[in-house]
Amino acid sequence: MLETSKETGRALSPAKGPNKFMKFLNSRSVAPYVFISPFIISFLVLSFYPTIRAIIMSFQSILPGQIEFIGMSNYSRISNPTFYKALSNTTIYVILTVVILVVVPIILSVLLDSKFVKFKTIFRASLFVPALASTIVAGMVFRLMFGETDTAAANQILNWLGLQSVEWRYNAWSGMFLMVLLACWKWMGVNILYFLAALQNVPKELYEAAEIDGATMFKKFLFVTLPFLKPVTIFVVTISIINGFRMFEESFVFWEAGSPGNIGLTVVGYIYQQGIQQNDMGFGAAIGVVLMLIIFVVSFIQLILTGAFKKGDE
Amino acid sequence: MKKNTNRNPVLRWIANISFTIICLIALFPILSLLLSSFRPSSELMRNGISLVFDPSTLNLDNYTYIFTQAEQYWGWYGNSLVITAVTIVLSLFFSSMVGYALAVYDFRGRNFFFLLVLFILMVPFEILMLPLYQLMISLQLINTYTAVVLPMVVAPIAVFFFRQYAIGLPKELMDAARIDGSTEYGIFFKIMLPLMAPSLAAMAILQGLGAWNNFLWPLLVLRSNDMFTLPIGLATLLTPYGNNYDVLIAGSVMTIIPVIILFIFFQRFFVAGLTVGGVKG
Repeated sequence: MLETSKETGRALSPAKGPNKFMKFLNSRSVAPYVFISPFIISFLVLSFYPTIRAIIMSFQSILPGQIEFIGMSNYSRISNPTFYKALSNTTIYVILTVVILVVVPIILSVLLDSKFVKFKTIFRASLFVPALASTIVAGMVFRLMFGETDTAAANQILNWLGLQSVEWRYNAWSGMFLMVLLACWKWMGVNILYFLAALQNVPKELYEAAEIDGATMFKKFLFVTLPFLKPVTIFVVTISIINGFRMFEESFVFWEAGSPGNIGLTVVGYIYQQGIQQNDMGFGAAIGVVLMLIIFVVSFIQLILTGAFKKGDE
Repeated sequence: MKKNTNRNPVLRWIANISFTIICLIALFPILSLLLSSFRPSSELMRNGISLVFDPSTLNLDNYTYIFTQAEQYWGWYGNSLVITAVTIVLSLFFSSMVGYALAVYDFRGRNFFFLLVLFILMVPFEILMLPLYQLMISLQLINTYTAVVLPMVVAPIAVFFFRQYAIGLPKELMDAARIDGSTEYGIFFKIMLPLMAPSLAAMAILQGLGAWNNFLWPLLVLRSNDMFTLPIGLATLLTPYGNNYDVLIAGSVMTIIPVIILFIFFQRFFVAGLTVGGVKG
């Protein structure tokens, strides 16, 4: 009520011009555009312009005060052992995190949803806590637990089991292990919540019907539960692939600027190294464009294989 | 159901005990960080986090140091607080406006703009970061809060979330308000926005957590130590030669603890915020 009187008061007092303008702004065909104008501006300045700019930059050699077009030579430089190392590291990381972060959360969420488990709320909450920590802080803790010395937690366990200590940050396999472990630890709880939410949508009657037909627990899981989890699985796989290719912090926190033999180098890490540290922005932009294409192609293939596009026809 | 409970007490025990173990594993890094923060930092630097240690070495030295002498740490803390607060306020304000308009109005280009939001959601920020970095240089915004916050101001994920939420709002209220003479903007700010409070809370947490923990972008645009945010500042202490492990350990605890306390009180909103992608389209 109050705002009504204020509005009319404001509309009456100034001259005719502003009044008309206010009316124009307030019309129902204009107001929506005023509302979305922040998005339009931010899209143009912070998404559209940089995308175009990234593509242009990828054909340029950019030195302070001296920018020239050099055709495809940034792209031909990408074909080098370091990039392939970064790409293979990233790809292995994506595959491992996708598999682990889909399979384990499905199993855990089905168990958590079953009548066998009490204290569901506490379990769910504690599994979620790792998602709250920053990767830097969490990585620092992992680094101290997986230290090189015999006194660090991970090596202590190995020694108790009668195994040799491992220099975790200096082997290719253990370096990958650390990065994958950190990511899985951090995102497990979030993915469990996704699957738990989807499980609430499975009609209980289906389980009862399956029980009457004499289905075992495993069969119920396979033929009743899993089909209902398909949409959320596609979703989780898609975001895991995209986030996997974007990975940077999990590597940075273990090796900062550079890892021995590039065992921890990722594609985004390579962009950072070349574009920012070496100040070779044209080359960095070219790697970025290649990364974008890779992500689009992989996501697209994944969506076709999982039949995500078919749903529209049904 | 009865059959199961009678038949499988053993299974139930196994399930509950395994989940307890899994949860302990999930909490172990955070608990061990907490415990380690009371141990001599020199020992941590030399030995890492050990499973067994002498309990008599536990002390408050790291915290005494950080509260009395680590001025630089509190500078980072202040920067992180300011950046997080500004990000939350601005991104909630702008994103809710956009999401709301996409949900309640019928206007030309609505579907186009919505598709655009979804498309930007798919484009990784890391690909745009070099041109954006260059843009910040030419706007002379390097090493300012503005540079850190600017790319987060209209968050596509938040726009998407607000749109999904606003679709369910009662539109009759809008017509009623119009008859009362309210403007379109008055309707949004005074009537509809308050109704969107739960979604605002969820997005405040998502955006706040994102800003608080953000790393790569601030790393690019922040140059001087006095402008660093917590993750960047703490990362500079992560050197094998560093003698700042006291600040690193106790400081890390103090970046996580406020978030965990908030989580305990606002669990529902945290869960809604962090699993936002799962909302049905």
